[in-house]
Amino acid sequence: MQRDLVKQLLYDMLLARHFEQAAAEQYQQGRIGGFLHLYPGEEAVAVGSLRAADPGDYVVTTYREHVHALVRGTPPEAVMAELFGRSGGCCGGYGGSMHLFDAQRRFLGGYAIVGETFPVAIGAAYWLAMNEEPDCVLCYFGDGAVNQGTFHESLNMAALWRLPVLFICENNHYQIGTEIHRHSAVVEVHKRACAYAMEGRRVDGMDVLAVYKATREALHHVRNGNGPYLLECDTYRYRGHSMADADAYRSAMEVAELKGRDPISLLRKRIREEGWLDSDECAALDAAARRVVADAVSFAEQSPPPEDLHAHVHARPLDLYSGAAR
Amino acid sequence: MKRTRNENMGHIEPVTPRPELKMWEALNLALDRAMAEDDAVFILGEDVGLYGGSYRVTQGLYAKYGEWRVRDAPISENSFTGLGVGAALVGGRPVIEIMTVNFAYLALDAIINMAAKIRYMSGGQFRVPLVVRMPGGVARQLAAQHSQRIEHALLNVPGLRIVCPATPQDAYWQLRQAIHEDDPIIFMEHELLYFDSGPFDPGAAPPPLHSGRILRDGKDVTLVAWSRMSRLALTAAEELGEEGIEAEVIDLRSLRPLDLPLLLESLRRTHRVLVVEEDCLFGGAGAEIAATLGERGFYELETPVGRLAGADVPTPYNDRLEAESIPQVSTIKARIRDLLKA
Repeated sequence: MQRDLVKQLLYDMLLARHFEQAAAEQYQQGRIGGFLHLYPGEEAVAVGSLRAADPGDYVVTTYREHVHALVRGTPPEAVMAELFGRSGGCCGGYGGSMHLFDAQRRFLGGYAIVGETFPVAIGAAYWLAMNEEPDCVLCYFGDGAVNQGTFHESLNMAALWRLPVLFICENNHYQIGTEIHRHSAVVEVHKRACAYAMEGRRVDGMDVLAVYKATREALHHVRNGNGPYLLECDTYRYRGHSMADADAYRSAMEVAELKGRDPISLLRKRIREEGWLDSDECAALDAAARRVVADAVSFAEQSPPPEDLHAHVHARPLDLYSGAAR
Repeated sequence: MKRTRNENMGHIEPVTPRPELKMWEALNLALDRAMAEDDAVFILGEDVGLYGGSYRVTQGLYAKYGEWRVRDAPISENSFTGLGVGAALVGGRPVIEIMTVNFAYLALDAIINMAAKIRYMSGGQFRVPLVVRMPGGVARQLAAQHSQRIEHALLNVPGLRIVCPATPQDAYWQLRQAIHEDDPIIFMEHELLYFDSGPFDPGAAPPPLHSGRILRDGKDVTLVAWSRMSRLALTAAEELGEEGIEAEVIDLRSLRPLDLPLLLESLRRTHRVLVVEEDCLFGGAGAEIAATLGERGFYELETPVGRLAGADVPTPYNDRLEAESIPQVSTIKARIRDLLKA
């Protein structure tokens, strides 16, 4: 394992953890509104998979996507300002926490209706395949999304036309408050791949190196014209579904047990064992991540609100009561 | 575009222009020309390829452009419409065909939650150049699940544009224009108009996409209609002309946006308006039109704006009841006579 890669993965996960912690604090202080879905516990999935992707690949994500945008390279201050609803946000304050987009980084958005990432992903992949372009699409979704019709519809089309999509299930075992064995007859999501003659496998989603390696292999498969691939990452979220969730449907013991498999602690332990980085280097990464997050919050605080209510509805301003002029 | 022609797949050629074309032929010609001009245009829908389209609209295009640009989709309306959204985000100009508007209800997530909102949610970073074609309306005894109109369900969605041609010439122009736009456009077609013929001039300059048109001048009353109802309104007006009643007829051609200036101009001449609508009365486009004319044309109105619309019932199978459920030439004429008495 390359030392630089390990360093990057650790930094990404620390940034993710600190960023989400700061977002929770800002939410509690009333500076972030709406629904806020945080990622602690699941960092290894976004970090490991997105670091295995190429810059030309498209990314389609859910409403729990701050970390995906950060890893993809969207500046942390632009993500935080978007959470604040400010003009300096990556969507100018029009999208919010659940709808981060970054065209420059081929980040096709955060979608807040469960199951929407599938059709968007196969659409981008259709275009890539039609034009015989070498890029892939990474499509994220939770375990709760697999019972939505679009999962079946889109995976069928992806396999039928051998579209270059890597479907990445962030299986955190809960669709809000309903545990997977209570919402799915088959709890091993990757096994559903066989319904579409698709390759699929499960990986330990708390082990960032395992996720990275599995994603590399899966993308190799997809990029070489072998059709789509379903990668299930077994993970866990420490917080409730959103900040509005009292988290009363699972035991504190269960959460504590899973925190014992914390992805950041696991990576730190591995780094120590392998001697990849010394403790000063790890501490420096942690300090750097904290600094970046603090700066992001300052930037968001100072960023002015957006002003034009009607901007961006259509390609050009359109008066609904005078079609003739258009 | 490297993947192009498919050999041995279909022998029927696309339509060539003639001075008179059927609606389906005009649409076919528009698609053919749009695809020839721009590699980004592709078609996807149920039976649009090898079969040639359930109303022949995509005839010959599969053989000419190949399966990647004319794609037969599985029966998965929400996902294949959403596929169009995803492709539009990254450079494509997809034309999605939903076999009938009744099935479009399965794709409302893709249309309403995705296509209409992505430009706005992304702060203008992404455009969604997507055309969703869908035939609808009451046809011939297709019963409740295959006779719906969808205007009311999409009219109230910011981000969408809705056009509804009633003639072959308009169908050609408006489809060509819609494909050029960078917004999601709902392209409503009527199942009973596909095989109607009309004059066609491929070289004529089209009016703006969302403009309405006066089909017939008149001084006594303005009939406002769109899609198939504009044809019925025109027939009713011509027959009333023999009784000495001069009705002006406006084909809206577009529902969102609405050519209100044209309506107000006509209202200033006639001072009476009847909206003729095939969709159900309650909460329909006619309500929007009547309310707006009431707000902005109040002092020009001799009588309240009338609305003659579909009955608020699921469409019955029985042919007599089916006819009773939507405006007919005879009921349009009767309603105009009433309006003029008021």
